[in-house]
Amino acid sequence: MDLDLDENTREFQREVREFLAANVPPEPLPSMDTEAGFEAHRAWENTLADTRLSVVSWPREFGGRDASLLEWVLFEQEYYAAGAPGRVSQNGIFLLAPTLFEHGTPEQLERIMPRMARGDDIWAQAWSEPEAGSDLAGIRSTAKRTDGGWLLSGQKTWSSRAAFADRAFGLFRSDPAAERHRGLTYLMFPLTAEGVTVRPIPQLDGEPGFAEIFLDDVFVPDNDVIGAPNEGWRVAMSTSSNERGLSLRSPGRFSATAQRLIELWTERGDTGTAARDAVVDAWIGSEAYRLHTFGTVTRLNEGGKLGAESSITKVFWSELDISMHETALDLLGAEAEQESRWTGGYLFSLSGPIYAGTNEIQRNIIAERLLGLPRGSSR
Amino acid sequence: MKFALSPEHLDFGASIRKLFESGSTAAAVRAWSAEDPAPGRTLIEQLAAAGAFGLTITEEFGGLDAEPLDQLVAFVEIGRAAAPGPLVESAAVVPALLQSLANTDSAPARRWLPGISEGTLSATVAFTGRGRAVAVDADRVDLVLVLDGDRVSTGRVGEAVRSVDPARRLFVVEADELVAEGPPVAAAAAAGFDAGVLANAAQLLGAGKALLDASTDYVKQRKQFGRPIGEFQALKQKLADVFIGLDLAEPLLYRAALTTATPNRARDTSAAAVACADAAYRAARSALQVHGAIGYTAEYDLSLWLTRVTALRTAWGTPDLHRGRVAEALRAPAADDPSGALT
Repeated sequence: MDLDLDENTREFQREVREFLAANVPPEPLPSMDTEAGFEAHRAWENTLADTRLSVVSWPREFGGRDASLLEWVLFEQEYYAAGAPGRVSQNGIFLLAPTLFEHGTPEQLERIMPRMARGDDIWAQAWSEPEAGSDLAGIRSTAKRTDGGWLLSGQKTWSSRAAFADRAFGLFRSDPAAERHRGLTYLMFPLTAEGVTVRPIPQLDGEPGFAEIFLDDVFVPDNDVIGAPNEGWRVAMSTSSNERGLSLRSPGRFSATAQRLIELWTERGDTGTAARDAVVDAWIGSEAYRLHTFGTVTRLNEGGKLGAESSITKVFWSELDISMHETALDLLGAEAEQESRWTGGYLFSLSGPIYAGTNEIQRNIIAERLLGLPRGSSR
Repeated sequence: MKFALSPEHLDFGASIRKLFESGSTAAAVRAWSAEDPAPGRTLIEQLAAAGAFGLTITEEFGGLDAEPLDQLVAFVEIGRAAAPGPLVESAAVVPALLQSLANTDSAPARRWLPGISEGTLSATVAFTGRGRAVAVDADRVDLVLVLDGDRVSTGRVGEAVRSVDPARRLFVVEADELVAEGPPVAAAAAAGFDAGVLANAAQLLGAGKALLDASTDYVKQRKQFGRPIGEFQALKQKLADVFIGLDLAEPLLYRAALTTATPNRARDTSAAAVACADAAYRAARSALQVHGAIGYTAEYDLSLWLTRVTALRTAWGTPDLHRGRVAEALRAPAADDPSGALT
């Protein structure tokens, strides 16, 4: 057992660190959930892509560097430590891309991936519907067969980035006779297409980080179906716990927050034992997640698969993120309510236990799939 | 970078677990408390035969010269079995203490470590200045050491003190014959203490795992309202949280094993101690709750782990002491590690 890095990996880490030191904007970009901020973040994706750093783990032909999983984790660590801008492209690169790499056609990969890597197309996710949240199989939006493609109708909601994004992806009911997980098709569609209406929804911070999408006979060609028609659930779930996806949220994000928290606590001088303990627990938690991730990387490198275990870390990091921000607000005292990076981070952290599968659902998955407790009928 | 137990570690852990499983350990724990040490001694002899006592002792002093990690693998299993006896003291603390001291004075190490390594000499230890000087099983060991600042002495056994865990038989001890004194003793005492903290953290992790297994088995078979209580979400979510706590504490324990010889030893040892103690305590509270009244009886074996966790949670430094040590390290300027390692 060791935590040592070989020379090539260290060289990669050094290169990333130097690039970020030279290129990260000195002032934070405006919120990506404003029109101007969205475009500024898109331009940043372009800058990253110029040195193949926007999608390091992708194959070179699509704009990546064929980086290993460990290198990806280190890239993320450097990225967050440098205070670099949030990734406006993350729905595409973390959620859609793994699915396309596994199920996409060569034509789809060639058409979609390079533009995604450069931020030329920014993707929104369109999973949830008014009647399909945690119970995603309750999807009602439909895809109807037509000449050369499909007509999409219905309503999607809580679609992250949809207010300003270019394209979206989601599941649609293509076989009206089938129920639940069957008869769904995984489709991609432009948010600018005829028949699409996007209604932005301001989040707790006041900015439209997500939106409702209304679809009225929106035409989508056959080459925008991922995998086979009616196989959408299987296609979506095959990468739902993808190692580069949200289930393996970059430990670097939480290490960076813990570091900023330590700096805040140090600045504040003698804060007493309660604050000291909260800061120490934040650091211990961020270290636990970082080290746990190295364990997961080791297992995956040895051919293991990431399954229900990703539910463990989802619960852990989302709660850690909230408690670290709470601690920062406690340290700030009367200043805490004044808008700052901490208030923004705190509000965002509150969404963690809800998105990507609520923590209640994740705990049930842990209990049933990892501890083997009976499913039962009291759901 | 390879951050996982090797097949050799897993095999070693499995062999120790098998030793405890085939040796009716729970009965031995109860006998140990009831002044019948024979079954416990048999277990300890088997542990010695498996090499568990000489793992961190160098060849010079008759040991196996293995890694700290090997020892932690053994202590996770010792905790899982709630095994009795002065195991942390004999296998972890005294070897670390005397080998650190051997940098300036190797006579004590030469005198006692070969016996510990082969299992013919058992030892216990008390740290004064960290509360009342008590040592576990002081009446049943061959060597009692008392640490007091920069002095280490052999100990005289005084009155018995009852622990919340009856299998932890405590005795007041007093310094008897001086073994060594001076600044190297203070450093050796710190090394010994940290070795005890880490072995104890491993025991807590193992005990937590045993408590989760017992809870999981119980809620699958216990029926109320016509169904296994494990179907109820309130219990599912509680046990899921226990699982999360243990799973995230474990890597901190392994990391601490990798940094025992670095300036980060105190920080990483204490971080592991905090996380393992919290996770084990959550496991214990949840185990008692899901078992209901049967779990609250002394007769049911769950009680052996519940009282053990209660005792071990603070036996090797309070949560305040450990969080304080981490805090001190976090405020100190970060040491530049030229190796670039991820520790």
